[in-house]
Amino acid sequence: MMMQQATQAGGQGAAAEAQANEFLTFTLGSEEYGIEILKVQEIRGWEQPTTIANAPDFIKGVINLRGTIVPIVDLRIKFNLGDPQYNQFTVVIILNVANRVVGAVVDSVSDVLTLAGEQIRPAPEFGGVLDMQHITGLGTVDQRMLILVDIEKLMTSADMALVDAGTVH
Amino acid sequence: MAQNSGQNDGDMAQFHAMFFDEAAEHLERMEALLLELDIERADSEQLNAIFRAAHSIKGGAGTFGFRDIADLTHEMETVFDRIRKGEMPLSPELVNAFLTSGDMLKALLAHSRGDGDAVAAEEVDALCARLRAFLEDGSGTASAAQRHALELIFGPFDARFSSKDVDAALSDLADFGVMQELPQDPPKKGGRKKAVERRFRILTEVSQSDMVDALGFMLPTDKVKVNALEPGAGSAGAQLVSGGAGDAGETQADGAESFGLFVDAATLPANRAAAAKGAQDAAAGAPAKAGVTPLRRDAKPATGAGASADAASIRVSVQKVDQLINLVGELVITQAMLAQTASTADPVLYETLFNGLAQLQRNSRDLQEAAMSIRMLPMSFVFSRFPRVVHDVAAKLGKEVELRTVGEGTELDKGLIERNTDPLTHLVRNSLDHGLESPDEREAAGKPRKGAITLRAYHQGGAIVIEVSDDGRGLSREKILAKARERGMAVSDGMSDAEVWALIFEAGFSTAEQVTDVSGRGVGMDVVRRNIQEMGGRVEIESAAGIGSRISIKLPLTLAILDGMSVRVGGDVFIIPLGYISESLQPTADAIKSLAGGQHVVAVRGDYLPVLSLAQAFNARAEVERYEQGILVILESEGAKTALFVDGLVGQHQVVIKSLETNYRKVAGVSGATIMGDGRVAMILDVAHLVGLANSRLGKAA
Repeated sequence: MMMQQATQAGGQGAAAEAQANEFLTFTLGSEEYGIEILKVQEIRGWEQPTTIANAPDFIKGVINLRGTIVPIVDLRIKFNLGDPQYNQFTVVIILNVANRVVGAVVDSVSDVLTLAGEQIRPAPEFGGVLDMQHITGLGTVDQRMLILVDIEKLMTSADMALVDAGTVH
Repeated sequence: MAQNSGQNDGDMAQFHAMFFDEAAEHLERMEALLLELDIERADSEQLNAIFRAAHSIKGGAGTFGFRDIADLTHEMETVFDRIRKGEMPLSPELVNAFLTSGDMLKALLAHSRGDGDAVAAEEVDALCARLRAFLEDGSGTASAAQRHALELIFGPFDARFSSKDVDAALSDLADFGVMQELPQDPPKKGGRKKAVERRFRILTEVSQSDMVDALGFMLPTDKVKVNALEPGAGSAGAQLVSGGAGDAGETQADGAESFGLFVDAATLPANRAAAAKGAQDAAAGAPAKAGVTPLRRDAKPATGAGASADAASIRVSVQKVDQLINLVGELVITQAMLAQTASTADPVLYETLFNGLAQLQRNSRDLQEAAMSIRMLPMSFVFSRFPRVVHDVAAKLGKEVELRTVGEGTELDKGLIERNTDPLTHLVRNSLDHGLESPDEREAAGKPRKGAITLRAYHQGGAIVIEVSDDGRGLSREKILAKARERGMAVSDGMSDAEVWALIFEAGFSTAEQVTDVSGRGVGMDVVRRNIQEMGGRVEIESAAGIGSRISIKLPLTLAILDGMSVRVGGDVFIIPLGYISESLQPTADAIKSLAGGQHVVAVRGDYLPVLSLAQAFNARAEVERYEQGILVILESEGAKTALFVDGLVGQHQVVIKSLETNYRKVAGVSGATIMGDGRVAMILDVAHLVGLANSRLGKAA
């Protein structure tokens, strides 16, 4: 199940498999999350985006990323986690999901970890911040517990309002 | 086509793709020529061109094993060969049979390409039989089975050439008919002994062109000449020309563009008969030799680079062109950023820097124009299909129509060309169906029986205008208003003509009494308008009862660059496409009037226009609270106007349009985005949407 998922996600090559078990960890509120490193394009600091007309408040706007227009979502606002600050410490993770480039603002980014199959367990039903359907499991490294998220599913979900229904590329 | 992976199949696919592209071009040319043909006095150049088109397709089809295509084109070629030689008269039935054959070839090609259904073998056979039937009863003065005399000249051969090869060829030729060697010319007095040349006369059923092809197998192409020897035919000649170098992919001599059968007027029946009265039987050699016209080769090399017989050109994939244009766009943005950064520097101190930047700006502008023009194609690409459409639909409707095209050389971006054909087709069909009256009605109205539809394209400022006009009965104001009322739309008799005509763009609107399969269902015009708007353009209608109608489509010259006015609302900058702006003004407090529901209108020279606050529409924070402190930009779209309230104007720019929807989704009121000189993103306004919004709100408040 979890193990199978992890190895299947890794594909054929050993290198790809190793990478598929690599997770970028970041914090949102009081929790730590992990997402597949393959979905991460880069990590940037904060720059004031251009607002989009009539967009929900958690969509801060769009930025110019070397010639491409990229929307920025503040996950702290989306999940109602305290009072978001925008300063030189603010981190934006630029993701490449479903053939789109989108940016997500988080509290902080930690490190890249490789998780072996046995370090990943299925997630119990708990009323966390994220919808259960986006959570693929729990990872344990030393004393840390990471909530593993299917970031692609999360960012393309309807309530993230980034994608028109029926236009996922 | 590909069975297993491998380099070979990739190459084959590439050759196939080239064949499909070129065959499509040949078919287009063939159709255009067929429609242009004057049946009474066919131009021999056109006939030859049609023959060549069929021949080329046959060659390629045969090489790649597309049997059905090769068979059909072979029948077409046989029939057309007779026609161009004057052995068979042209007739409307023949032209129609060829047009149908062209359609079937298109279907066969589509199927072979993998995007079309298979054509039933019986249908292909039936068409072939139909073409063959023309051969039987359509033959003119000469029948296919008649024997004729051909003169064959072999040589001059040099020492390398052994007479064994010639002898071998001769024995093969004996199968074709009765051979007879002719005496050679005696060597000139005092001249060097000429290299050996041998001349033969053969009485055969084989046609001149087939003989040329056959000999190409046996002897070097530059050593053989085949001349027709018919009484008085003198000047017809053919020569195998070694043009075969480019035909690497083709194994049949047939496929080589080297048959040069330019039968000139002397061999057409009328002329032939006349010439036959003159002398002679023949000094078989003399007239032929005197009149040999060397082959004119304007056929393009088979696997070569030529895209058309006219211009030297290269086929380039659209992706490469788009990438080039993107890079040029980036360059323009970078140059703008440099200019912006430098604008704060002291121009006197940094004079050389400023000169350099000015030069850079000129260079990048020129580069941008040149890159854009790569994607530009002439309107003839769009107009070319209409002669056929008009021909077919007019026939179906029993109307007599003449199609005129003006400005076919006007250029348009390739992406827009493809998106224009559907809307234009719909408009032309509308004119044919509803606009033009039947010949009898026209006569009764004092008009010529033949109606005229004119397609016109021209540049106007930074846009291209395409007009479809007809001299038919025009739009009926009463009928449209009546229909609108019937559908519960809010209309008034005081509406201007332009506003009434604009009603027909509403979905489901049709005043046609009958729905034909040509038009009348009312699903067309709103789709047309939407298509045009999506291209960043607008549609306008003009009409006069009894005189005709004219529909104008205005499109931006390119999809990627826009001339815009930038405006400020709060901390954000927005771009308004210049084409929609009538004027901008700073209102006085008393010019603004309130209506119920919080709507405002502004009086501009007697007209009351709805005011739309951009900050309000976009849920943004405006800096300016009172109208008289800000600016009103008067926008016009499809006959409706609105006054857009903004904090202030920034400037006029040419911007590169970037897509918002690539990574985000469609935003109402925004048509795209751009990157300004300071590197920040600015939204480009969707004026049509905003004007519509303002006027619908006004409609509700009023």
